Amino acid sequence: MSWETVIGLEVHVQLLTHSKMFCGCSTRFGSEPNTQVCPVCLGLPGALPVPNAHAIELATRAALALGCKVQETSVFARKNYFYPDLPKGYQISQFDQPLAVRGSMEIESPERGRIAIGVTRLHVEEDAGKSLHDRLPGKTAIDLNRAGTPLAEIVSEPDLRSPAEARAYLTRLKQLLLYCQVSDCNMEEGSLRVDANNSTRRLGDTRLGTKTEVKNMNSFANVERALTVERDRQIRLVEGGGRVEQVTMLFNAGSGEVRPMRSKEESHDYRYFPDPDLPPLVLTRLWIEQQHAALPEMPDARRDRFMTVLGLPAYDAGVLSAERPIADYYEAVVAEGAEPKAAANWVMTEVLRGYNDTGEFAVSPQWLAGLLEAVRDGTVSNQAAKQVYVARAGRGSLSVTVEMRGTGKVSEVSPRQLAAKLGLIQVGDADALGSWVDEVIAANPKEVGRYKAGETKLLGFFQGQVMKKSAGKADPKKVGALLAERLGSKK
Amino acid sequence: MSGVAAIAEGVASGAAPAAGVARETGERLRHSAGLNATLHWSQGLLDRDAARIDRLPIEERKALPLAGVPVAIKDNIVTTDEPTTCGSRILEGYVSPFDATVVAHLKAAGAIISCKTNLDEFAMGSSTEHSAWGRVKHPLDQARVPGGSSGGSAALVAAGVVPAALGSETGGSVRQPASFCGVVGVKPSYGRVSRFGLVAFGSSLDQVSVFGRTVDDAARVLAVISGQDRNDATSAAQPAVSLEPARKDLKGLTFGIPREYMPADLDAGVRAGIDLTVKAIKDLGGTVKDVTLPHTRFAVPCYYIVAPAEAAANLARYDGVRYGQRRIGSEGDVRALYRATRGQGFGAEVRRRILIGTYVLSSGYYDAYYRKAQQVRALLADDFRRVFDAGVDLLLTPTTPTPAFKAGEKTEDPVAMYLADIFTCSLNLAALPAMSLPIGRSGGLPVGAQLVAPMFAEARMLSVAAALEAALDASREVR
Repeated sequence: MSWETVIGLEVHVQLLTHSKMFCGCSTRFGSEPNTQVCPVCLGLPGALPVPNAHAIELATRAALALGCKVQETSVFARKNYFYPDLPKGYQISQFDQPLAVRGSMEIESPERGRIAIGVTRLHVEEDAGKSLHDRLPGKTAIDLNRAGTPLAEIVSEPDLRSPAEARAYLTRLKQLLLYCQVSDCNMEEGSLRVDANNSTRRLGDTRLGTKTEVKNMNSFANVERALTVERDRQIRLVEGGGRVEQVTMLFNAGSGEVRPMRSKEESHDYRYFPDPDLPPLVLTRLWIEQQHAALPEMPDARRDRFMTVLGLPAYDAGVLSAERPIADYYEAVVAEGAEPKAAANWVMTEVLRGYNDTGEFAVSPQWLAGLLEAVRDGTVSNQAAKQVYVARAGRGSLSVTVEMRGTGKVSEVSPRQLAAKLGLIQVGDADALGSWVDEVIAANPKEVGRYKAGETKLLGFFQGQVMKKSAGKADPKKVGALLAERLGSKK
Repeated sequence: MSGVAAIAEGVASGAAPAAGVARETGERLRHSAGLNATLHWSQGLLDRDAARIDRLPIEERKALPLAGVPVAIKDNIVTTDEPTTCGSRILEGYVSPFDATVVAHLKAAGAIISCKTNLDEFAMGSSTEHSAWGRVKHPLDQARVPGGSSGGSAALVAAGVVPAALGSETGGSVRQPASFCGVVGVKPSYGRVSRFGLVAFGSSLDQVSVFGRTVDDAARVLAVISGQDRNDATSAAQPAVSLEPARKDLKGLTFGIPREYMPADLDAGVRAGIDLTVKAIKDLGGTVKDVTLPHTRFAVPCYYIVAPAEAAANLARYDGVRYGQRRIGSEGDVRALYRATRGQGFGAEVRRRILIGTYVLSSGYYDAYYRKAQQVRALLADDFRRVFDAGVDLLLTPTTPTPAFKAGEKTEDPVAMYLADIFTCSLNLAALPAMSLPIGRSGGLPVGAQLVAPMFAEARMLSVAAALEAALDASREVR
């Protein structure tokens, strides 16, 4: 018997606002408990919510990036339930009239290739606070700093067919959200959270099986792990003639297990109704169009342009367009006059190595373009340029500023100045090169003999020795020519 | 006691400083203690605030529209100086860290917050018998109720303790007690006055509302507290209510009397009062015509779905977790804490409405009750729009079906109590401005007439009411 797994994801992302969804409190992460609270997010008697326009803008941007239709009228609704970290006894969310509906996103499925996954809806809501069970012995402490933080909930269609596809969907979703700067998608800080609905059916069936919901997965890798465990559990169950029960499961990253949450006596009836404190959210068609026009170029379009306009190979274009800061940086280097492919090689190696470590770019695009220009015109060799770059980028390196003589002003040292300071200006002078070449030939008589006997690939060895002797400063082209000439002339 | 304008003028000029006003207000508060109308006040605060006004330079005092005017505040409007309990044990001792927008406006206008007044718990009631701190007595007959839920504010104004007071309305909680007590009660259009700091009951219906000894007293306070507030997303983009002089006559104005508001079993005294008012309107040159508001009979049932539904959610925050009274419960878990805190903290009427509200929003019942009620609400609002569009300037109705009833008369019969709001709650549903004006007495008890105006036409309504006030002798028996 063949079984098919059906997965739909509900993803909550924290919107990148400075203040909360319905009050002016800060959304900063990691502050002392209950220091970012006010009457509104504490739910004090008489306090009223006022929507954060920036949160609406970010959520709209996300919806448009996911190809959703943004509704001109959407409605905030109260989701009623009691929980100690939910100050008002209801969460302000959206229910039957969400901000946006019917989107779609292309993902790269490991099993099915490029496929489109439907996005059912995107709505905005406020977060709850946090219950801390380990702060005070025998008691639960409540931190309401997070209460009222703006979230977008993005619900997919049940279009995913494997845990790996779920992971691919999340990777893609995160890429798009980061690209349009809607959320930092930081799972450790809780700014991206995933709930997964899973069901199993016979291959070929069109009806959905009973679903379980899996929560508490703190990384994309763990989503894939947890869903694999749950998929296998469901298949074992139905193959043994059992039935899947509709339960909420918690993933334990430590044990790799998925276990049902303690079952609740009553099923939740959230009694949604429109929040009378908030008039319907009305967005004009024009405003929505403006938001759409202001969307950044999305990664796929950018990759294609890197290939067609800049002539990059597909691999380079893919790497350089994957994250917006890298793509922006790369384009800035090219805009400063660097040759696109040379710039691509540099950004993908030296620059990305540092960026992946620190999350920052060590040198300005302008500076890197200057360095590439120095390589192009032969002032420094490509190899020496790497030393110049490392010296500039490395911490505690040589001073990177020079005092403008007499002015007391300090300015950034240019790539050429730094190369000179490091003694890495390429040597093309025939006398200097000639003496290094002669020294190398004199020092390696055995190799010279073999070369003369026809082992011409040893030319590379000699070249390397000359470069070493010159501390990388020798112009490799001229060295090659000189070696060939002098080794040949002694034949 | 003088009216608002006279007190402000005396304080501003220095002829009758605020210190004296504060002292006399305190004396009157002490003498009226038997009404049980006041929950929190202190002579010290009165004196402190009065001194603050008196210390100002005369030019600054003259710029204050309510310089030294004592105003009583219903205890469901938050203040930083005194507790806000909403007449409930669950908020016993609760002091708000912020002032309601209306309180901030009053303070900025030079008013002295004289006291917090008793009310039906969380403003749920029509007699001020449902307060955890005991019932409020009618100033003219202590065996009777002052109406509710703003009964404390109404009784204090009627007893001459303060010239004006704030109440709140969800279904008639200012107009009905104003009618019972023989004072002016004005409910503004929904959105005209900020709700920020008014403890929510039915958020789509709630409005801070005003009592005054006279139309002018009420109008001056309303002018100060109204206007758009960025802390209230439902507040309307409208300026403050402007003060207009009383009309000399009512020429060119058409008054509609909806026949549904004059049922055959209407109290004879109330009917006689309306007849007198009609005569006064005609004497002043106004036109009176019969109109119909066909969906009127659905107003009370609609109200008792919408208001409890919103209340059930609004009162969920009183869970004993963050503030107010907490009771742990015997099982010691969080559910027990909720059960004990809410079960013992709320009174019977509040619990009844939370249950009704929870029920009408439950899965499977939402469409039949809440959604249907929203549709009915739209029809009710349409009734009024049609009448005003057809050339009616104001509506005239009785405020209540009877004068003040006896304490205990309706406490065992919730539906009879709910029907005390039969002529008022439709205006909260329709969001329209309305007011009660004293028009005479029946058997010694005050009778009120209700005026209803189109959206945001408070100034017109008040200028007409002032003309009628001058033409009628509200202390006279109507029959």
